Amino acid sequence: MNSYPAGTRKASDVQIAVFQYVAAITFLWLLSGFWQLQVQNPQIYSERADRNRIKSLPLLAPRGKILDRDGRVIVDNSPSHKVLLSRALLNPDHLQIIANGLNIPFERLTAKLRRLETSNAPEYQAAILKENLTQAEVAFVEAHRSQFPELELIRSQRRLYPRGGLAAHVIGYVGEISDAELELDDFMFYEPGAEIGKAGMERQYNDVLTGTDGSRMVEVDSLGRERRIFGKVDAKAGHSLRLTLDLDLQAVADLALEGKKGAVVALDPRTGEVLALASRPTYDPNQFVGGISSEDWRELDRDPEHPMFNRSLQAQLAPGSIFKPIVALAAGESGILDEDFHVTCSGGASFYTRYFRCNKAGGHGTVYLRDALKQSCNVYFYNLGNKLGIDRIAEYAELVGLGRRTGIDLPHEAEGLVPSTKWKLRMFREKWYLGETISVSIGQGALTVTPLQAAYALGGIAMGGVWHRPHLVSYDDLAEVRPEFERPDPIKIDLDSRHLETIRQGLWAVVNDGGTGGRARIEGYDICGKTGTAQLASTQFKQGSDDPRLKDTAWFVAFAPCKEPEIVVAALVETGEHGHLAAPTVRDVIKSHIDKDVRLAWARRTPPLAEAVDPAGPVAQAAAALEGRLR
Amino acid sequence: MTGQYSARDFDWVLIGLSLAIAALGVVEIYSATLSTQWQDAHLRQVMWIVVGLALMWVVSAVDYNWWVEHVPAFYVVAFGLLLIVSVFGYIGGGARRWLALPGGASLQISEFVKVVLVLLVAYMFGELPRERIKLAKLGRLAGMFALMMLVVGAQPDLSTALSYVPILGIGAAMAGVRWKNWAALVIVCALAVPIGWYSLKPYQKERLVAYMNPESDPQDTGYQAIQSRIAVGSGEIWGKGLAGGTQTQLRFLPTPHTDFIFSAYAEESGFAGVVVALTLYFALLMKIVSNAQTSADNSGMYICMGVAAVLFFHVVVNIAMVVGRMPVTGIPLPLMSYGGSNTITTFMLLGLVNNVRLRRFTN
Repeated sequence: MNSYPAGTRKASDVQIAVFQYVAAITFLWLLSGFWQLQVQNPQIYSERADRNRIKSLPLLAPRGKILDRDGRVIVDNSPSHKVLLSRALLNPDHLQIIANGLNIPFERLTAKLRRLETSNAPEYQAAILKENLTQAEVAFVEAHRSQFPELELIRSQRRLYPRGGLAAHVIGYVGEISDAELELDDFMFYEPGAEIGKAGMERQYNDVLTGTDGSRMVEVDSLGRERRIFGKVDAKAGHSLRLTLDLDLQAVADLALEGKKGAVVALDPRTGEVLALASRPTYDPNQFVGGISSEDWRELDRDPEHPMFNRSLQAQLAPGSIFKPIVALAAGESGILDEDFHVTCSGGASFYTRYFRCNKAGGHGTVYLRDALKQSCNVYFYNLGNKLGIDRIAEYAELVGLGRRTGIDLPHEAEGLVPSTKWKLRMFREKWYLGETISVSIGQGALTVTPLQAAYALGGIAMGGVWHRPHLVSYDDLAEVRPEFERPDPIKIDLDSRHLETIRQGLWAVVNDGGTGGRARIEGYDICGKTGTAQLASTQFKQGSDDPRLKDTAWFVAFAPCKEPEIVVAALVETGEHGHLAAPTVRDVIKSHIDKDVRLAWARRTPPLAEAVDPAGPVAQAAAALEGRLR
Repeated sequence: MTGQYSARDFDWVLIGLSLAIAALGVVEIYSATLSTQWQDAHLRQVMWIVVGLALMWVVSAVDYNWWVEHVPAFYVVAFGLLLIVSVFGYIGGGARRWLALPGGASLQISEFVKVVLVLLVAYMFGELPRERIKLAKLGRLAGMFALMMLVVGAQPDLSTALSYVPILGIGAAMAGVRWKNWAALVIVCALAVPIGWYSLKPYQKERLVAYMNPESDPQDTGYQAIQSRIAVGSGEIWGKGLAGGTQTQLRFLPTPHTDFIFSAYAEESGFAGVVVALTLYFALLMKIVSNAQTSADNSGMYICMGVAAVLFFHVVVNIAMVVGRMPVTGIPLPLMSYGGSNTITTFMLLGLVNNVRLRRFTN
């Protein structure tokens, strides 16, 4: 083992030198790796290190409540749980287990993740995975806290809507923002998974109702355990929204329509405030909270009764005889109607080679305007319409608010339709046939209105020519939450007061003097109204068919008190057969309005007993004043 | 010591460099295990270092040629122990590689095998002049290596098995194997790659795939690679300070006191600390190489170069993994990673180098 020739070792020195060079170069190569990471662009990694450890958890702001005009709660919140997902901590292997545990279809979960990937939301920001967890789902998350650091359970508020669909079409509902909605300007700053108002007031005043979410920045370790709180921004609750709706009236309206297809609209003609807005059939907005199941949605969507359809402002139907006061107004304002104008009705009349029947086979005899309104004499209005001509009818119909949106603060309002020669030319490239004017003058033909328009138009007439835009949030309240809000001016038109008085008398007689709307009468209270029975199909077509869908539409519009109206109500009952059948609904709504005034007047005064029994005291005076109002 | 050598003849530079690196390791182990279940690991590491130093002295005490002469016996013993481990060893980290000792400690025999293999190369080549080294002899040596690698690889502990290769490689290179033979070796290896792929365990395949594309699998090995790079990069130039590394302290970094200790170190001490540590490692390697150059005989040269090769391999593979330039493997960083078997083995290897240094004038 000893003494090897010296030369043999010399040669291996070459290899040793090679090893030294290789080692030196390799170490430089390693060092360059650190240089790249630590010196050249360390910010990238420092940021990522921060993102690793800092988790931002939202503090959810409760949505504002929705109240009625007296401050009674219509929509409330109830405590619930949400589960959040931190993508930064997500282990893809857990997805299937999470999907099972939280009862989310796997495809829906992966689709949601893909959406989050493409959004601007930073990875460390936890996103809402599911809302309104059931007890079992909460238990699932709790039990797997250490295995699934990507899940975070937080307390939140869930929306609670009135049962039975009360005012459902006004209130609307909330739900998860859709891809399409994310593109809208209104929702520019929203992220996937956010809850927004989807319909009705919830949608219209989403910005007011939505609070500002706060957040909590916490340092977490690799298992997602919180080590330290860095900072906290408190959540700001959304504003409560007070509607002009009166729950009492709304409940009466909703109940009156129970089991029917129709709508009721009650407005305060002095301000345009909506007191009640009901549409039936209805739906349960609670179904939408936290995401509607696809079966429920399919059922709602395919229901032949269209419960989601808000008939009060989307149903466009022929007004029938409720159009007659407007024709009367047009005639008076155009000067073709003097006090002596009368028509002899023999149960029908011929115009342009066609025979038009009256609603009373035997005829009404000689009728003046008051009786024509009271008995809803068609022949009288055929003559009036014929004299006016379609374009003058259209002019006044548009003047009182038909054929265009009233501008109510609810989405998807329908326009209705006021036919005219110009309209016909534009739509059909045909000239107007004079015979069509005869149909329109009794509210038939191509003319359609919505229940809201009917109440709006008549309310303005009752006010002597002042139309206030219908709205569901009082302007005072709105000015508070939206500083840029400007009050719209009412539309005012000078109307001949003498002529208006005649129309008013006619409408009073409809209800109180043996007219067609007798069922709307309330003893001791002035109500002016008008019935309407609109045909969906001509009498000839209906012959021999008793298809219920072809039954006539029943309308009733009324305002009260007649001289200084406080309320105007329009009721529509589809397939209601005759207008007088819609009258009791309107009466009930007006009655609850009066009852409420009486009750409030008494509630405001709870005097000492001595005062209460004093025949000359304030209570007796108040009672006398009330009596006066009730006439 | 056998009288003729005094403590003054010890390779104090070698010992000083290795203890300096080991000290960096102990401090980082302390920091990385703060408030974890392993929080006394740094004390245990100090104990392993002390044991290592003792064994280093034992290894140095007897002439290295005596150790070389008795290699056949060591080889048989080591092989026998490996077989015992394979049958009776207990499972840790998915592989049967640990041999339990009375008193709760456990040994990883495959680490100690390195000492035997370093000596084996010296045994096979050291007594012969270079001209007489024939391919047949190299083949026989390769066969003996392969046998060990097979047993260790079957545990399965592919990383450790692979760490034997540089010992053989450097031996062959020193013995002056011709380029034609190298080419043959490369071809054999190239053929072995697809065969090897099929024999890989799924987790091993995953590691390779994750290396190719670390973002594809952010929770597993790719996750480790990413977290390691984040730790290193966020350390920037001056580091986050001892016990100040968020990646390390919040445990985003996997195994920060063993395989990924250098990530933790780079995070907390920054580029400056990295330069210091790499300089120390390089100086240590160069010191070992210089001992090879000054060795009294070929055996000593083979021993030193074998040790240099195995340390070089460990350092490069581990640190390249830390900076994301190599796949994630289970190769520890000698002298810094926590672990008894590796630490003791390293000191025993350094003991051999010291031994060669001690006796550089004898022969």
